Amino acid sequence: MKNPFENLDKILEHRTRLQIMSVLATTESYDFNSLKEILQTTDGNLATHLKALEKEKYIAIHKSFIDRKPNTRYKATEKGKTSLKKHFDALDELIKQQRK
Amino acid sequence: MKEISEVEKDLAAVRQALDRSGKFLSLHGLSGVLAGFYAILGASYAYFLLYFPNSPIGFRFYFINERHVLIQLIGCAFAVLTLSLVTGFWLSYRKAQRLSLTFWNETSKQLLFKLAIPLVSGGLFTLILVLRGYYGIAAPALLLFYGLALLNASSNLYKEIQLLGFCQIALGLLCALWPGYGLIFWTLGFGVLHVLYGVLVHRKYDA
Repeated sequence: MKNPFENLDKILEHRTRLQIMSVLATTESYDFNSLKEILQTTDGNLATHLKALEKEKYIAIHKSFIDRKPNTRYKATEKGKTSLKKHFDALDELIKQQRK
Repeated sequence: MKEISEVEKDLAAVRQALDRSGKFLSLHGLSGVLAGFYAILGASYAYFLLYFPNSPIGFRFYFINERHVLIQLIGCAFAVLTLSLVTGFWLSYRKAQRLSLTFWNETSKQLLFKLAIPLVSGGLFTLILVLRGYYGIAAPALLLFYGLALLNASSNLYKEIQLLGFCQIALGLLCALWPGYGLIFWTLGFGVLHVLYGVLVHRKYDA
């Protein structure tokens, strides 16, 4: 029997990162403060997870200025979206196997 | 080893994040009720202006192609619109504070943008119709565009708004079939439907 755990994405096994990817995959792009509000987390925590996702090229970062204030927007990459889908498929598989 | 309860927690967290990210949760049901109430008041004013003491489907004393009547009607419509918007913003702002959400966030910006495109183009189109003297299709045009705007924005709102959008479109089409009865259809669409929808949303989400 195939082991469904192999297909789980190590990066996305962390809950906050899974949340970030889910939000970004379903919207065009998001800024830092809005993400912080949705996930109800701290600056440092969110920044760490965003950095981890960026390192894997799951998300892309666009920096710009609005009224001279820095504005950073995050966007899911194709790689990130595919990985998220695979991760959800693996979770699905896992649930099915446990039901048997 | 990942336990099944952990998977469930993961999925619950994703669902919560998606709910908070996509939907404008601050919309207050009572703003729908009040908007409907203002619309009914406005329609009553229009009725007294145009038909009183006859029934709204019967003989009229005035027609809207008379300039002073037209101006009074447009003024009344704008008053209803402004009152509804102010009430809606105020109630939503308060609800956002209660839910400790920012009122002006990513979702509300998206929502406003999606609503504004059909509404502004529809509003301008209707004004052009009125200026050119096509009074008969001005009333259905606004109902239609409003319904389309609601459908366009429904992904950012409660799912019930979709039904409201379809109903407004249906009313708009019926209204176009029976020109001259715009007042009745507007009372139904902007008044009665808003009150019904507001009560529904208020009971379901404002707890």
